[in-house]
Amino acid sequence: MTTTHPTATPQANATGIPWKKVLLWSAIALTVIFSLGPPMWELLTSIKTNSAITADSVVYFPSLDQFTVEHYVQLFQRNQFHIYIFNSALVAIVSTVLCLGIGSPAAYALARLRIPGEQIVLACVLVVTLFPYILLFLGLLDLVRALGLANNYLALIIPYTAINMPLTILVMRSFFQQLPKDLEDSAKIDGYNTVQMLWQIVLPMTLPALVTTGILAFIFAWNEYIFALTFITRESMKTIPVAAAQLGGTTLFEVPYGPLAAATVIGTLPLVLLVLFFQRKIVQGLTAGSVKG
Amino acid sequence: MAKLELQNLTKAYSKTVVPVKDLSLTVDDNEFLTLVGPSGCGKSTILRMIAGLEQVTQGTVSIGGRDVTPLAPGDRNIAMVFQSYALYPHMTVYDNMASGLKLRKLGVGDIQKRIQSASQVLGLDPLLDRRPSQLSGGQRQRVALGRALVREPDVFLLDEPLSNLDALLREQVRADLKQIFERQESPVVYVTHDQTEAMTLSTKVAVLSEGYLQQLDAPNEIYRRPANRFVAGFIGSPQMNLMTLERVENSVLLGEFKIELPDAARKGSSVILGIRPEHVRLPQEGDCQIVRGDVFLVENLGMSDLVSVRLHGSDDRVLRAMLPADATWSRENIELALPPQSIHWFDVETEARLTS
Ligand SMILES: Nc1ncnc2c1ncn2[C@@H]1O[C@H](COP(=O)(O)OP(=O)(O)OP(=O)(O)O)[C@@H](O)[C@H]1O
Ligand SMILES: [Mg+2]
Repeated sequence: MTTTHPTATPQANATGIPWKKVLLWSAIALTVIFSLGPPMWELLTSIKTNSAITADSVVYFPSLDQFTVEHYVQLFQRNQFHIYIFNSALVAIVSTVLCLGIGSPAAYALARLRIPGEQIVLACVLVVTLFPYILLFLGLLDLVRALGLANNYLALIIPYTAINMPLTILVMRSFFQQLPKDLEDSAKIDGYNTVQMLWQIVLPMTLPALVTTGILAFIFAWNEYIFALTFITRESMKTIPVAAAQLGGTTLFEVPYGPLAAATVIGTLPLVLLVLFFQRKIVQGLTAGSVKG
Repeated sequence: MAKLELQNLTKAYSKTVVPVKDLSLTVDDNEFLTLVGPSGCGKSTILRMIAGLEQVTQGTVSIGGRDVTPLAPGDRNIAMVFQSYALYPHMTVYDNMASGLKLRKLGVGDIQKRIQSASQVLGLDPLLDRRPSQLSGGQRQRVALGRALVREPDVFLLDEPLSNLDALLREQVRADLKQIFERQESPVVYVTHDQTEAMTLSTKVAVLSEGYLQQLDAPNEIYRRPANRFVAGFIGSPQMNLMTLERVENSVLLGEFKIELPDAARKGSSVILGIRPEHVRLPQEGDCQIVRGDVFLVENLGMSDLVSVRLHGSDDRVLRAMLPADATWSRENIELALPPQSIHWFDVETEARLTS
């Protein structure tokens, strides 16, 4: 003998459409499409054959016979893109390292030592950030000529370092200021000398901030176009943005959509990887570094 | 053999900001000195000067007969516990304790032995592999303490180490601290503004105000014979009754009641009378100095009642008395005895103690 009792489960009662969830997910989907659409389009274009790119009816996803890696091959074989990648990486890495290497000690000094005229220094740093950097370009061109730096990596490294410096100093200074001073005092009592203390105690706690500012500086240097276009004319020293912009078709009237898209992907990929890789580090660093709880 | 000696220590941040003025004191082995005083009186500054974290403007600091004034903090062989604990967030508990020892080039075996014994005392064994962020406040506090203990320093310095703990835990750690430091030989300098800590932990208490040392004595001496009006008001809870009274010949008038002055206090036009609420009592046989008034406030403290009485004969004279909770008395016209041996007399001008 079995009698069935109507069991009231929450699911059984929920008959209506969960509007909240629908709304939330459609909002998420829209946001993702909006921000990821263009890069996805570039990525898809870069792996389509030329005929698929220019086909009358738009090909969104290339079928198997429309798929090709020819554009990438061409970039590296015909256009020597590995050289440009190297150039970009060199310039961006060196300027980022210089920026952090010079900027953070300056920021530390501004945060910790009581220097007369500290406010003036900070005001100057701030004023520099207000300049649109394009305005500096003509003056810099004269400088580069006068110093004979044209077609020298330094012509890019020095301005990139300088342009990123205010941001580095301001961000790092406020970071240092909120580091508890007791920690440094404690290290001094433990017997660390100043260099050891900065290196073994302060630096590990500073890593998240260093990575964040470093990424910003790197992205700027990697993407910069105007200086790179003007100060460097030798083919073998060009950076990716310049090289990508100067990609030509086989004929004067052909726009090389495929290679352009491939160049864009190659130019963006390192940044994406960089951010993804360090994002985990940043989060790790932040949680491990917390003193309060 | 690591006597800590401060001689004429002065610290001036600027012409007007002088938080420590001409301070001289010594702390011997096996002594526990507590610095107490209101906020901003220079306690932390003194500790930081002993540690070498703050430059001394004048005077000397010596440890074990050695003048350490010009030495860097790391060369003074001291250990300090900070109010914020200041644990290195990126190191494990073990490394936090070991870092200072590694820098002193101690062998790995030695380091392990010291950390083991300290972590046993403090119950840190299960926590050695954790980071500070994975510890509770009380555990962090013990790690900070452990870091100081393993150093086996010549002097221990502690700056309000218990102030971040909740009341219950504080009481427990206070008891632990007392046991731990009783086993240590090195002198301890402890900063607090909690007078219970000062009274229970120390062998000597230094009361500071506005940069000056007001009194340096054993805790019960400070309580029984405060050197001046400031100490009298600062030490003891509830606060001592302090009243400035006009002198009439050999006595003063408290409201309409005459209080006999001891010989030493028979000068000046007025004197300050001080008596602790816990020494004011309901009259017993043989009490001669009795005052009367009306109760206007009763605060129940559990074991006793803190009673505020407006004395007859003057509207603004208020006497607070601590009466046993089981005693009976009337709110109107209550009688209270002021035992002469419990009354403190202070000079109006210098505020110094008059009776011996
Ligand atoms: N770096 C500094 N520059 C100028 N004045 C300072 C500096 N550090 C402390 N002072 C001043 O010195 C005085 C004593 O400070 P200190 O930190 O020793 O007080 P404290 O007794 O420890 O107080 P608390 O109980 O609140 O910790 C204060 O008036 C403070 O304003
Ligand atoms: Mg303090």
